[in-house]
Amino acid sequence: MKVVLQNLTKKFPNRNKKQNADVIAVDNFNFEIPDGKLVGLLGPSGCGKSTTLNLISGLLQPTDGKIFFGDEDVTMVPAEKRGIGLVFQNYALYPHLTVKQNILFPLQNLKGKEKLSKNEMEKRMAEAAALVQLDTLLDRKPSELSGGQQQRVAIARALVKKPKVLLLDEPLSNLDARLRLQTREEIKRIQQKTNVTTVFVTHDQEEAMSISDLIVVMKDGVIQQSGKPQDVYDDPQNLFVAKFLGNPPINVFDAEVKGEKLFIGENAVMDVKGLTDKKLVAAIRPEGFVPSEGGSLNCSLIRVEVMGRDISVVASHPLCQNVTFRAIIGSEKNYQINDGKISFDILPSKIHLFDKETEKRIRFEA
Amino acid sequence: MTNDYLKLQKSADLKRRSLNTIIYLLLAVWALIVLFPFYWMILTSVKGYGAYSNEKLPQFFTLSPTLENYVEAFTAVPLADYFLNTVIFTCLTTLIMLVVIIPAAFAFSRLEFKGKNILFALFLSLMMIPNELVVITNYVTITNLDLKNTFTGLILPSVTSVFYIYLLKENFSQIPDELYYAAKVDGTSDLKYLFKVMLPICKPTVITITILKVIECWNSYVWPRLITDDKRYFLVSNGIQEIRENGFGRENIPGMMAAVVAISIPLILLFLIFRKKIMSGVARGGTKG
Repeated sequence: MKVVLQNLTKKFPNRNKKQNADVIAVDNFNFEIPDGKLVGLLGPSGCGKSTTLNLISGLLQPTDGKIFFGDEDVTMVPAEKRGIGLVFQNYALYPHLTVKQNILFPLQNLKGKEKLSKNEMEKRMAEAAALVQLDTLLDRKPSELSGGQQQRVAIARALVKKPKVLLLDEPLSNLDARLRLQTREEIKRIQQKTNVTTVFVTHDQEEAMSISDLIVVMKDGVIQQSGKPQDVYDDPQNLFVAKFLGNPPINVFDAEVKGEKLFIGENAVMDVKGLTDKKLVAAIRPEGFVPSEGGSLNCSLIRVEVMGRDISVVASHPLCQNVTFRAIIGSEKNYQINDGKISFDILPSKIHLFDKETEKRIRFEA
Repeated sequence: MTNDYLKLQKSADLKRRSLNTIIYLLLAVWALIVLFPFYWMILTSVKGYGAYSNEKLPQFFTLSPTLENYVEAFTAVPLADYFLNTVIFTCLTTLIMLVVIIPAAFAFSRLEFKGKNILFALFLSLMMIPNELVVITNYVTITNLDLKNTFTGLILPSVTSVFYIYLLKENFSQIPDELYYAAKVDGTSDLKYLFKVMLPICKPTVITITILKVIECWNSYVWPRLITDDKRYFLVSNGIQEIRENGFGRENIPGMMAAVVAISIPLILLFLIFRKKIMSGVARGGTKG
C-alpha cells in the first residue's frame, strides 16, 4: 500500500500564552511512500519526524493537508480503524500479558468482517512469533525479556494483524550498540519478507542509511531532501543535509572563488568552471582527502588514529570551521609525517560548495 | 595476631547477639501488649455469665470454659440476621463504590476535559472535612429523602470515596501514555482499554481498595446506628450493642465478647488470605509502580 502525504501541516498551540504564534511541528509536508518500501525519516531531535509518524498513525490529527493509503483518504480515520502497526521507542508492551497474549491482543480487538476464529488467531500469532524468532518465549512476561526480545515482541504485535503500513518510532534507541546492528538487519529482513510499506523514524543517520530504500531528511518540520540514501549522501542539496549525513561528519571550510579557481587559503585547490568570484563554503567528505607531497591544502597534523581497515588523520587548518577536521585514508598507504605538517589533494567528487548566506548548494564543473 | 583477631570476633559476636536478644525481647513484649486484648476478648467470651459476674478481680484464665455465651449471642438477639444484613450491606457498598470510583479515576487520569484540575482539587479538599461533620448533614438528607430504615439509606452515603479515587487515579497515571496509544493502534476503545489494560495492571491497588472498604463497611457503627431503628436493618455492630444492654440488670460482657469474636472471624480470615496483596498494593500505591 502506498502512502501519500499531501501538504501535511501540524501546528501546536504555544504553551507560552503571551506568544500567540503556534508552534509548527510539520510544515507543508509532501511525500509519496511507494508500496512495499522502507522509508527512513531522519533529522535532529525536535525536527517533527515523530509528529509526522503520529500523523500517519492517526494518533494526531493534522492541522492541514491530507493522508492517503493507496487511493483512500484516511485523514479523518481514527488510529484504531486505520489498520496500521506501530512500534514505540519504549515498545509499550502490556506488562500484565504474556508474549503470546501481547501478540494476540490486536487480533482480539478486530470487529465485524475482520473478526477471526480462535484457531485463525493462534495461527496468525504463531506466524508472527516465528517471523521474529520468538517461538520459544511465548509464555514469558515482558519483564522477563531482554531489550532486544521485547523489541521483537513489539514488532510481532505490530505485524500480526497484517497492517497496511508499519510505523517504527526510534525502534533501536533503547538497545546497546551490538544489538542495534543486529536488530536493524532483522527489521530489514522482516520488512523484505512481509513486503509491508514501512516508515522508520530515527535521528541516527547511519541507521537510516543502512536499511532504508529511501530517506527523508527533515529539519524544523520541513523536508530538506529525499531520495535513495547514496544519492542524498553524494549529492546534498544544502549544507544541513551535507553535515547531517556521514560519519565522521563532513569537514566545512571557508573558501573563495577567484578566476574560476577555488581557493582554501592561498592555494588553489581545484578548477571551478562557470563560477563568478565570491566567498563561499566548501564541504569536503573525510574520504575526499588524498595525502600528497606538495598537495594544495596545507594543514597541521595533530594525530593519526589507526583503525585497522583505514587510517583516520586528525589535522587542523585555519579556515576550517571546526578546530580540527578528520580525513579517512586507506591503510595500505604508508606515508611519512614531516615535522607536523601534512598536505592533501582533494577529490573533486567529494567536495560540495554552498552559498555562505542561504547554505544552498552551488554546482560547478570540475 | 590470630588470637587478637579471634578475640575481636568473639566480642563482636557477643555484641551482635546481645543486641538481637534485646530487640527480640522488646518485640515479644510489644507483641504481648498488642495481642493481649484479643486474648482477653476470647477469654471473656468463654467465661460463664455467672462466673464472670462473681469475679471480684478479673482472672487471667478460666478453669471452666463454656460456649453458652455463643449460644446466647445467637439466640438472645437475631445475630444471624444481622450477619446477613451486614454481608449484604458490605457487598453492595463495596461493589457500587468500585463501579463509581473506577470510571472517576479513569476520567481524572486519562481524559481531557475543561476544569479537570479544578474539579479534582475540589474533590481533594473534601478529604479535609471530618467524617463526623458530614454525618449530621447526611442524616438530614437521608431522612428527608425518606430513606431511614432502608438499605438504600444505609449504603448511599458510602458509595464513593475521594481517597480511593485519588489512590486509583495516581496508580492509573503511572501507566505510560505509550500503552494507551499502543492500545488505540491495536483497535481498543477507551472503555476496553480501561478494562483490558489499566485495571489488570492496577489489580493490586483495586484489591487493596476492595479489602479496605470491606473492613470499613464491616466495622461501621455510627451511621448504621443513626439511620436504622428498625431491627430488620440492624448490622452486627448494632447487635453487639443490643447484647450489651441485654444482661440481667448488668451489662452482659461475656455475651458481648462472644458476639465480637464471632463477627471478627470473617474479617480476620479475609485479612489472612489477602495479607500479602494488601501490603503490596499499599507499597505500590506509594511508590512508582
